[in-house]
Formats: sequence, structure tokens, C-alpha cells
Amino acid sequence: MSLQRFILKRTLSIIPIMFGVSVITFGMFHLTPGDPVTRLVALNPDVTAAEEAALRQRWGLSGPVWEQYLDWISNVLVGDFGQELQTGREVSAIVWRRLPETIALGLFGWAFALVIAIPAGIYAAVNKNQLGDTISRFLALSGISIPNFWLGLILILIFSLYLGLFPVLAPSRQSLLSPEMLWYLILPGITIGTASAASIMRVMRTSMTEELNKEYVTAARAKGLPERTVILKHVLRNSLISVVTLAATLTASIVAGSVVVEVVFNWPGLGREFINAINQREINVVMAITLFTGFFVILANLVADIVYAALDPRIRYD
Amino acid sequence: MTDRHTHDERGRIRISGFDSDRVRDREPMSDWTDESSGETVGRWRRGFRKFKRNRSAIGALVVVVVMALAAFFARPIEVFGVVVQPFSLAPYDPTTILYLGVDPSVNVYDPPSWQYPMGVDGSGRDLFSRLLVGGRYSLSIGFIVVGLTASFGLIYGSISGYYGGNVDELMMRIVDTIFAFPGLILALIIVAILGGGYWQLVLAFSLFGWAGYGRLVRGEVLKIKENEYVLAAKALGARDRSVVFRHIAPNAMPPLIVLASLNIGSVVIGVAALGFLGLGLDPSSAEWGTMLNATRSTLIQGPGGQIPWWATVYPGAAIFIFVMSMNMIGDGINDALDAQQTGVGRGGED
Repeated sequence: MSLQRFILKRTLSIIPIMFGVSVITFGMFHLTPGDPVTRLVALNPDVTAAEEAALRQRWGLSGPVWEQYLDWISNVLVGDFGQELQTGREVSAIVWRRLPETIALGLFGWAFALVIAIPAGIYAAVNKNQLGDTISRFLALSGISIPNFWLGLILILIFSLYLGLFPVLAPSRQSLLSPEMLWYLILPGITIGTASAASIMRVMRTSMTEELNKEYVTAARAKGLPERTVILKHVLRNSLISVVTLAATLTASIVAGSVVVEVVFNWPGLGREFINAINQREINVVMAITLFTGFFVILANLVADIVYAALDPRIRYD
Repeated sequence: MTDRHTHDERGRIRISGFDSDRVRDREPMSDWTDESSGETVGRWRRGFRKFKRNRSAIGALVVVVVMALAAFFARPIEVFGVVVQPFSLAPYDPTTILYLGVDPSVNVYDPPSWQYPMGVDGSGRDLFSRLLVGGRYSLSIGFIVVGLTASFGLIYGSISGYYGGNVDELMMRIVDTIFAFPGLILALIIVAILGGGYWQLVLAFSLFGWAGYGRLVRGEVLKIKENEYVLAAKALGARDRSVVFRHIAPNAMPPLIVLASLNIGSVVIGVAALGFLGLGLDPSSAEWGTMLNATRSTLIQGPGGQIPWWATVYPGAAIFIFVMSMNMIGDGINDALDAQQTGVGRGGED
């Protein structure tokens, strides 16, 4: 199978998964007892049965479940996620407004992770079993084990409260891309990127150690290439392949991390909106963000698979 | 049995300049040794011996055991009115508000002192007592969830891998779908629907948490079922169920155990994260994440005067130390069982 056909086949394979994602999202909210109307009626006992039925009709909660699902999914496909139940605002507008904030945070965290992890992984693999390796391995293990919300709180404690380098909370911002903005991004970005940095570093070290034992490395060294060239031009390129796969898996962890980290730093992104929506029982918002997250992760995995296949010609596309 | 002893003399020809000891001591050409030809039980015993030599893993195991014991003996446990555990390491009840009755001189956010070694929290409760008791929630939920999800994943993956074909295709598409959601988001939604509470948390992390094990076991089963002994068992007329659960599943165990040991930490962090977001247990409960939630607003607003760092540092450090120890144990098990080639614990010590 050629690379093109592989890409086509892999892209088509996400359709059933996307369908599954929408079913799970919808099912979790609609197969459980107590929809928003029931809850509303329980709070206001003087609502008549006719009013209740009308409300159900308006919020798309009448009829059998599969009909509700078709109703909902056909709206979602054209970008209509419904309204917020309490305020009547368009959910898609809320999502689009919050999205850039979360993307900025996620990208910063991701960049931080790569910038820290790849050199650290190379260093650890080259100096295997020496002091530097032991230290960086210990730090990586800590980075995986540290709860991100606690790391965020500790960073606030040290850098905002004791050292006063950062404001405790970012003030309300006008523009997303400004130098001040970058300053406020640093602490939440580090918090969100630490776990990923640690995972990437561990994988980088392992795959680089494996590569260094291969014969082409001996050949390159025997040829008289400087060690720097051997590592940076030959070994690094081959060991980065496994990092690419991992980076996609980490997208899910960064998305999940953004929920918690945005709450810690009061960051006005999708994650904080998600928690607010859960607390206020705004199921349309919760469903929209859940669905969005699912699609995003699926796309990231797709991109990783394609990049992986393109990078490594040894992979059989089947 | 191969006799690898080489004689200096063969017939009348005398070989000189040849050191037979070097041949005996050199690296064997194949991986075969007397040791590796032992029966299957040998793998577990060897793994155990290797684990015992791993100092950091043993140290971590000691930490986890101490934390578990401390949580268990923190306060007396009663089952249906019968005291089954009378000891009490924690000096106060985790919900006792100290300035009401115990010691009127205590203030909210009193710093650590000899009497209250970790200070007093924002509601005037002894942090040290709360920390000890709080271990009960995180630790027990972590182990219960991993036990449930790993068992279900083992069954799911075995069936999917063994039968293959359309069954496998469908079962794996379900796993792919679950993988599209970050686990924390699913758990958040489930807790939001069901409400907080101990068993709700267990359910929130178990309902979809098995997918990772399912995928891992399925991959292992695909490899294992190619072995001759599986064919032999089938030829002898063994039923599918006995082939899967007596011949295939036991051989898929090492990577499953590694993944499970590494996952306990993630579940504990997840439970604490929900607590921190105010969605886990009751706000007054001593769960570690819930304790951090209570101090966040104080930290953000910056109370006048002293910063109560102890209320933030200690509960989080407890989670951190536990999870780190679990991960070190997981790495140790990974090395001991040689599960590296399956790619589960990639990145552990070599």
C-alpha cells in the first residue's frame, strides 16, 4: 500500500470513532436519570405539565432517545451546539471565544516540554549511568508523579507570593498576543508542560540508548565522524520517531491538564468554562466541550500516525 | 546438556597458546543458559529476586507500606459498631475544629508547632491528623480502581485478541473511542452526573479506565496465540475458555502488572484532581485533593500577613510522595519482569 492510500484509509477510519465519540457524549447525559427539565421542575413545583412539555420540546428533550440524538447531531454537524439553558447565549460562540486562550496555553506547555525534554533526553542517553543521567532521571520521575494542580499552587506560592515576580492572577486581558500575555503564560505553561516534558524525556532516553547500540553508529564512529555529528545527525533523527508518537498521546494529557491548570490560575479558557458549566449544569456547554476535546484528540492521533508513517519507511501500512 | 568445557589436548595433537578458560567465560553465543530453560514459575521467582536487588524500588515499597499503615492506624475503624482497629496514630479527629472545645487558643491557619506538627488549616483543624486519615481515600480508591479495571481489561483484551475478526474489530473500535477522551474529562462528567462520593469516584475511574488494559492485553494475546502450545492445547480438545484463561492470559500478565502498578499513581492523582476541583468528596472530608481545594482561594487572595504555606505544601507533598513511590515500584517491576520489550513501561531504568 502506498503512503497516499494509507493516509486516505487512516483518515476514513476516524469516521466510526467520531460517531462513537458523539454517541458516548450524548449517551452519558441522556441515558442517565434527571435531565435539566426534571431538575428544573423539581426546583419549581408550580410548573404545569403543559409548560414542562413545551420546555422539553424547545430544548430538544422530547421523543425517543435516538430521535433526540439525530436531532442533536444534525445541529452539531452544522456547528450549532444549542444555547446555554440559563442565559440563552449561543454555546458555539462561547467555545470559539475561549478556544484561543486554551490553545495558547497548550502550545506554550507543549513547546516548553519539547525544549526541556529533548536535550535532557539526549544528555541522559549519552551520559548513561553517570551522575547527570541519574539526576535527570530522578527529575523526570518526579515530573511524572507531581500532581499538576499542586505544582501550580507551589509555583504561585514561590514565584508570586514570596518572590513577587508574577501577579498571582493574570489581570483581564484585551489582546491575546502581547508581551504581557507571554509573561502571564509562563507559570501556567510550565505547570501544564511538566508532566509531558518528563514523559518525553524518559522515552527520548530509552529510544536513544537503543539507537546508540546499533551498528550504524559504530560504523559512523569508525568512519571518523565527530561524536557530535554522529549523535545530532544520525542517532537523534532515528530516535525522534518514537517521540512523535508520544507527543500525540500527550495531546490528550495536555487537554485534560488544561482543565485543572486553568482552574488553578483562573485562566479564561475552555477548561475553566468546562468546570463552570459542570457546576451550573449547563449540559449543552459540557457536551460541546467534551465533543470538541474528543475530536481534537482524534485529529492529533491521526496526524501523529501519518507523520510516523512518513518518517519511518520501514513501517508497513496495514 | 551442552558441554562447553574445552580440552587442551585432542588425541595426540597438543594445542598451545590457547586458553580454555577464556572460551568458558566468554559471552555465550545464544541466550540459552541452564537458568533460562527453567519452567514458567521460574520467571516470577527470578523477577522477584531481581526486584529485591533494586534498592530504589524496595525503598519506594517501604514508603508505600508505611503510608498505608499510617492511614489504616490513623483513627479507629468500626464495622457495624464493632471496633476492628482500636489504634489511633492521629492525635485528633480529622473533623474536629480545635478552637471549639479542644484548645481555645488555636487560631485558623496557625503555623506548625510541637503540638500541631503540620499547622492548622483554614477551618481550625489539625492538618497532621487530616493528612494521616486522608491517605485512606486516595490509597484505597487507587487500588480498588486498578484492581477492577485491570481484571476487566484482561478479560476484554483476551476475548478480543483470541477471537479476532469482526469481534476484535468492533471491540477495538470501542477502545479507540474511549481513548479519544482524556480519562479525567470522562471522570469529571460521571461525577457531575452521579454526584460526589466514595463509590461514585470508584465508578468514575473504573467505567472507562479499563480501555488501556484491554488494548495492551489484546496485543499480547495476538502474539501469544501464535505459540505452538496454544495449538497443542486446541488439538487436545481444550475449550476456548480454557485455552484463553489457562494458556494465554497467564502469559499476558507481566506487562499488565507493570501497567497496573504505574496506573495506581495516575488514579490517585485523578481522584485528588477531582477533589481539588470541588467535585470529589464532601468538602469537609480529609481527602488530600479536597484539602488543597480549601486552601487555594486563601493562596490566591493572599491573606494579610503570613502566607499559610503549610496548608498547601503538606497535602500535595503526600500525594506526590505516594505517586512517586508507586511509579518507582512500577519501574522496578518493569525491570524485574523484563516487560520492556512490550513497550509498557518504556523509559524505566534499563
